[in-house]
Amino acid sequence: MTTQLSRRGFLKTAAAAGAVLYVGVQADGAMAASKSANALLNPFVKIDSDGNVIAIVKHFEMGQGPATGLTTLVAEELGVSMDQISYEFAPSDASVYNNLLFGPFQGTGGSTAMANSWMQYRTAGANAREMLIKAAARDWGIDAAELDIQNGQIIGAGNAAPLGEFVTAATDFAPSETPRLRDPAEWKIIGKASTRRKDSPIKINGEAKFAMDVQLDNQMVVMIKRTPQRGGTVASFDDSAAREVKGFIMAQTLSTNHGVAVYAENTWAAMQARNALNVDWDLSAAESRSSQDIRDEIMAALDADPVFNVNQADLASVRSTVDGAAKVVEKTFYFPLLAHAPMEPLNCTIEQTEEGDIVLHDGAQMPTGPHMAYQQIFGLPADKIHINTMLAGGSFGRRATPDADYQVEAGLAFVMTDRSRPVKLVWDREDDIRGGYYRPAFGHKVRVGLDEAGTIVGWEHQVAGQSIMKGTSFEGFAVRDGIDHSSVEGIADSPYTIPGQALGLTDTEKATSVLWWRSVGHTHTAYVMEVMMDLAARAAGKDPVEFRLAYLTGEGDAERKAGALKLAAEKAGWGKAAPGRVQGIAVHKSFGSYVAEVVELSGNLDDGIVIEKVTAAVDCGIAVNPDVIKAQIEGGIGYGIGHAMRDQITLDGGAVEQSNFPDYEPLRISDIKEIETHIVASAEAPTGIGEPGTPPSAPALANAIAQLDVVVAELPMAENGVSFA
Amino acid sequence: MAISININGEQRDVDAEPGTPLLWVIRDELKLTGTKFGCGVASCGACTVHLNGEPVRSCQTYIEDVEDAEITTIEKMAEDRVGAAVQQAWLELDVVQCGYCQSGQIMSAVGLLRENAKPTAEDVDEYMYGNACRCATYQRIRAGVLRAAEILEA
Repeated sequence: MTTQLSRRGFLKTAAAAGAVLYVGVQADGAMAASKSANALLNPFVKIDSDGNVIAIVKHFEMGQGPATGLTTLVAEELGVSMDQISYEFAPSDASVYNNLLFGPFQGTGGSTAMANSWMQYRTAGANAREMLIKAAARDWGIDAAELDIQNGQIIGAGNAAPLGEFVTAATDFAPSETPRLRDPAEWKIIGKASTRRKDSPIKINGEAKFAMDVQLDNQMVVMIKRTPQRGGTVASFDDSAAREVKGFIMAQTLSTNHGVAVYAENTWAAMQARNALNVDWDLSAAESRSSQDIRDEIMAALDADPVFNVNQADLASVRSTVDGAAKVVEKTFYFPLLAHAPMEPLNCTIEQTEEGDIVLHDGAQMPTGPHMAYQQIFGLPADKIHINTMLAGGSFGRRATPDADYQVEAGLAFVMTDRSRPVKLVWDREDDIRGGYYRPAFGHKVRVGLDEAGTIVGWEHQVAGQSIMKGTSFEGFAVRDGIDHSSVEGIADSPYTIPGQALGLTDTEKATSVLWWRSVGHTHTAYVMEVMMDLAARAAGKDPVEFRLAYLTGEGDAERKAGALKLAAEKAGWGKAAPGRVQGIAVHKSFGSYVAEVVELSGNLDDGIVIEKVTAAVDCGIAVNPDVIKAQIEGGIGYGIGHAMRDQITLDGGAVEQSNFPDYEPLRISDIKEIETHIVASAEAPTGIGEPGTPPSAPALANAIAQLDVVVAELPMAENGVSFA
Repeated sequence: MAISININGEQRDVDAEPGTPLLWVIRDELKLTGTKFGCGVASCGACTVHLNGEPVRSCQTYIEDVEDAEITTIEKMAEDRVGAAVQQAWLELDVVQCGYCQSGQIMSAVGLLRENAKPTAEDVDEYMYGNACRCATYQRIRAGVLRAAEILEA
């Protein structure tokens, strides 16, 4: 089988299909179109003479919906129905398919897929429409202004023809920098709740091809026996027992020395051979600390003055204000390491073409990362390396590492062969849970002072934890004046106007590799902000919703956050929980979107609590695909609550203690009985949706549990005084 | 060793050592990649297939134990009355997100509906407990099973 979809192959295929209209941008950002395969021209919209329309999707699909969303934008502007358009994933070429919010880098993350594509894909669709219309108008001898495309038909002034008829002629016209975008009143697909996902049909019958499903002729499967403690190296290994495994091919130490690659004829043989491999590790320079050591370091940092004064407040003055306040609410929080554990374990496959090009088949979240790494590993120019982006079985951030960790492993394993056989690198679940890259551990210490009237007069907030960005290739744009913004996002940029706030940050040592995890810093900052808001409201004797609204009085940001809060409260019947039930609320802005959630619980702390319902309200600007938005909120809530309930990664002597789902237990179907999502109507440009549902979920749960008189300030909840029925 | 198995109505000869999980024979030998590897320890359900019509975890089912059984995978579900109903419900409700676990979810859902044509939400939660979905599509899975029951009743 060949699944190569490199740029060259893609263009060749397209050209062979006959007349094809490409509309996209050139390297300089200008809109361009061509009738032939042109190296400078890399389209977002492809149409052949049969009228088949294909949206070239530059963001990978991990379930968050760009295969549907970006396709929707093209379909809407062009004038075809969702049944008349299909999608393909873009090749790796950052000069054309870069994330407009990432600079010259192609990648998906930060919930930016729709936000950065919104104008780009609409413009591409609109240009295709205008060029086709001009061609038809010329042919029919009428004014182009009289024509439109609807349901794939060019119509107007008594004429009608399928758009495929004018594909070749359309390339006589130049695309415009500013084509006419359809007025929202014209929209037929954007905002329509009945639009179905484009990737559903292939995901219900086994047809969908994830990277794990790549089965190239003659491929080898490689699994890596990795150091049990970060920083350990291979001293020596003995593969005599592995040689007894049928299908074993060879074992070789990776040039990075962090593990031994075991090559086999198939996955099961690779698993068995790796189990049979004996490795003598040099752990003299390896991480040897335990979770308690990490926690102690973070707690000590919270007790000292912060290294960074994030908001340049007068710390002594804020402290003195809080000390002198009528009421003081104080709490110290701790958040453990967390694994991403996407459903599809990490994997990718490399092959070399007859021309000596390297092709990577990968659920590639940031194609530019492995693309650059492979230039070094293989000593090849960028245009000799091709990435075939495949469906990804989840990621939650894990498939995007600044050092392209698993793709590099595959590359290093491949260069040690004669390259005559493709190499498929496979991680199993144990590799995934133990293989590093965790949501960092963080601690917060907050003291809030209130006056007699119950108004906040001072808020002293200290954060300590492991910086995600420092020491990585992303440091340049994510760290300013020594402050990793991802450590304090959600506090430093909160729409709340809190008087007398001091925000300090101290970085602690990284005992293991850390990484963004669905919603990044907001995973802990939202929890702290929203639990503290509830505690402050309680101390003030005020309703938590009313209390929050008093700090959301401005326009814009504050108004939109307040809007989400009010809608969630209204829809959840805030304050009107059924007998035997309690409610908790939280609201947070992240990735440009505002999400409020109300958790309603039954049960009690002795017999266990039951999450009966979560009601969410989201303002993410224009809702392009409302049902995808609802699905992302549902998933974001489940991801946040599941981990808060019972998950943590712990280290013992530098080694990860958990290994698989039995001790890193996923959220299960029975854990949340119902989720209801409401979307705030908006005319603003679309903002993030993959992550914003996660931040408010755990604090809303904590605030509901607090009604039972347990304030959970350390996660996971199940290890800190909460039992779940 | 050579083993003959009956899968999706066909008799297939495969070469596998005793102790080989059925999962890897299905995926690597027969190239039926709709059945997924998620955990290898029967803890996530992504590898669920039917053995004589009953859902089993293929990662913990060994090749030597299935010689006389009828094995059915997700690739055959469209031809199954219950399977087709579940797939229809999954499309109506857009249950999937990343989709990696959904083959297993559907195989389990079919198993449930064969056993219990009119399940309650609680029945669904109990039966589907072992099928993990890291995207947390659970509420649509629950609704999907209930919808499939309606489709089958109609």
